[in-house]
Amino acid sequence: MLGIGLAAAAIPMLMLVAGLTESSAFAFHAVLGLLAALGAVLFIGNRCFDGRVLPVPQEIDGKPNYNMGPVKFGVVAAMFWGIAGFAVGLLIASQLAFPALNLDLPWTNFGRMRPLHTSAVIFAFGGNVLIATSFYVVQRTSRARLAGDLAPWFVVLGYNLFIVIAGTGYLLGITQGKEYAEPEWYADLWLTVVWVVYLLVFLATLAKRREPHIYVANWFYLGFILTIAVLHLGNNLTVPASVLSPKSYIVWSGVQDAMFQWWYGHNAVGFFLTAGFLAIMYYFVPKRANRPIYSYRLSIIHFWALIFLYIWAGPHHLHYTALPDWAQTLGMTFSIMLWMPSWGGMINGIMTLSGAWDKLRTDPVLRMMVVSLAFYGMSTFEGPLMSIKAVNGLSHYTDWTVGHVHSGALGWVAYISFGAIYCLVPWLWNRRELYSLKLVNWHFWISTLGIVLYISAMWVAGIMQGLMWRAYTSLGFLEYSFIETVAAMHPYYVIRALGGALFLTGALIMAFNLWMTVRSESVDAPASEPADAGRLAPQLVPAQ
Amino acid sequence: MDPHHEPHSHEIDAHTGIATTGHEWDGIRELNTPLPRWWLGIFYATIVWSIGYWIVYPSWPLISGATRGVIGYATRAAIADDMAELQARRASQAAGLTQASLEQIKADPNLFRIAMAQGKAAFGDNCVACHGVGGAGGKGFPNLNDDDWLWGGTPDAIQQTLQHGIRVATDSDTRISQMPAFGRDGILKRDEIVAVANHVRALAGLPTDAKADLARGRQIFADTCAACHGPQGKGNQEMGAPNLTDAITLYGMDLPTITETITNGRGGVMPAWGPRLDPTTIKALTVYVHSLGGGQ
Repeated sequence: MLGIGLAAAAIPMLMLVAGLTESSAFAFHAVLGLLAALGAVLFIGNRCFDGRVLPVPQEIDGKPNYNMGPVKFGVVAAMFWGIAGFAVGLLIASQLAFPALNLDLPWTNFGRMRPLHTSAVIFAFGGNVLIATSFYVVQRTSRARLAGDLAPWFVVLGYNLFIVIAGTGYLLGITQGKEYAEPEWYADLWLTVVWVVYLLVFLATLAKRREPHIYVANWFYLGFILTIAVLHLGNNLTVPASVLSPKSYIVWSGVQDAMFQWWYGHNAVGFFLTAGFLAIMYYFVPKRANRPIYSYRLSIIHFWALIFLYIWAGPHHLHYTALPDWAQTLGMTFSIMLWMPSWGGMINGIMTLSGAWDKLRTDPVLRMMVVSLAFYGMSTFEGPLMSIKAVNGLSHYTDWTVGHVHSGALGWVAYISFGAIYCLVPWLWNRRELYSLKLVNWHFWISTLGIVLYISAMWVAGIMQGLMWRAYTSLGFLEYSFIETVAAMHPYYVIRALGGALFLTGALIMAFNLWMTVRSESVDAPASEPADAGRLAPQLVPAQ
Repeated sequence: MDPHHEPHSHEIDAHTGIATTGHEWDGIRELNTPLPRWWLGIFYATIVWSIGYWIVYPSWPLISGATRGVIGYATRAAIADDMAELQARRASQAAGLTQASLEQIKADPNLFRIAMAQGKAAFGDNCVACHGVGGAGGKGFPNLNDDDWLWGGTPDAIQQTLQHGIRVATDSDTRISQMPAFGRDGILKRDEIVAVANHVRALAGLPTDAKADLARGRQIFADTCAACHGPQGKGNQEMGAPNLTDAITLYGMDLPTITETITNGRGGVMPAWGPRLDPTTIKALTVYVHSLGGGQ
């Protein structure tokens, strides 16, 4: 009732905005919101008269009546946005190698496509994976149905509406110009509402859990959800120019704004792309390997150390800038101290396989997840290294940074997500197993080759670029002009684009494999059904 | 629910011999393996190293200001030192350049070498965006390698252009000329423009449209264009009026481009570098540009 009321109240408001604004792009977004509100009114209204309003049973035959609809939606959305995001990534990589591909059109220009790519892969692909897996994991590890009936649907649908508003906004030229926080004030407000509901659904589900303790994956999910809320609010404190204008201005100015931006930016990496995906690791790796987590003690220590230390590391993005020296020092030293807490997750994941190493030979899904942990370990070593001021003086502003980000994004985030999705699809759709493990193997090798091409090209290119920028002649003048360094990058940009093409190819193979899996015959109890707890941890004996 | 209640007894993992914590979630259990000692050791080491770094360098914020660190390091001071060192490296050679005239620099091989090095670096940082890495220019941006000059190719003329720019509103000594928008401003009609455009192609020895009224074009040129471009279309460097009889062109000599130029006029801008670069750098750039191929 509350939902229908709010949605109905939003309709005239959005109509007013759509009619009065001078910005056609803003009017387009008002219409999008209008359609969403109309859809919500129709859906909820229909449901009220449908007779299905009876409270959904929490349990059926003593087993939790899990709510997997929003999870399924999130998985499908993740694959869709993932492929879209990888494709746009390939396009902008090609634009850097061959600038003619900008096509001289405003909406295909690199400047608009780049945030489209980053938001599509981080927030659309990554975000949907996080929401879907968190809804799955919190239910299964709490033995409780998701809290709320409409609320989980509101979260996934509302989040994807945000993605659509953000993405179309970039194409139409709406941005607040903050990296990874480009959506304007109205999209930010909408996301805030969605995110608070997400937090409440997650907390309420934990609150009604049937397990005495909260599983470690849920600590990481909760850390991710809470911190992202704080970061989002801090970095988007803007004042709209008018309610009829998509433009807003941030309350922070100068170096404070820069500091807020990178406090946000780095913790988007720390809490969205690390804590959230470690949560995925903590459920899907032991599940797939069928082994207990390596060390409970390590999980406690590295969780709290990670949460405490990460939040300080942002200033390392602003070395040698107007940021005061003390902040640069703290940013750098906290990044160094973060090295081992980050590796704690890698150790706990990889060592969980001890006793099951042979499965790496036979199970490409598990192999993908273990390789993701290796990439995670590599990136979280490279990150502290690059935060050291002396190293940063060479690496900053070069493509080394881009390579670093992609070894984390492709190697860690995408691979652990692929692994989780390969596990989830047969479980969610009640299929015996994946359509083809051979195709998973192809996906693994093609995309691994792509990642290696990508990051090694960017290492070489980035270090070369940094060295060229700082090269002096014997007479004390700069050796190279900037444009010469750009020209020198060309071959590496081509190799990078090739790496991206391979990665995209792998994802297309995956989508085909998942599609064929869903199309295959349904079974009552999939062989890999996780509820079959008796099959898990078979090597345990009672303690003396 | 009693949070201390543990539904499963502690068990030992047969493979590692380590006990579980006794909890289970959806079939997942946890071993109670102690923290790896190497992991803990490195973690402590990074903390100790960080504390040491905080003592040495500026680190913790206080009520006003921050701790300064025992060696008194500051990024700004470090950069100032680096710049001073670079200036010192350049100082001896810079002094020579600053005092010498353009002729003296050209005559002295050592000064010339230094000017060329500084000029090349300054050109790379400031000029290549428009004129290209090799100074070959592009549409609307003059080629600096040829001997066709709009405003003169002597060292003094080049220095004047560098110093004050072309059509820079804020510089009273800037080079100013105006190719009028003959079509847009209604001075010439469409068919007149086509005729004179064909005549311009004829001047450059290029083929003309078979239907073109060249006589009319020649007449219009004499009445309207010759004041700046000269009766033979040889141009005038005093006014920055291009020579139309050679194959070298700033915007293009195809018929549509000439028509566009005559219709809408042209007025490209080159920035005045005087306010941005020091006099020695301008001098070095002058020598460099003069040496590119077409210096007069």
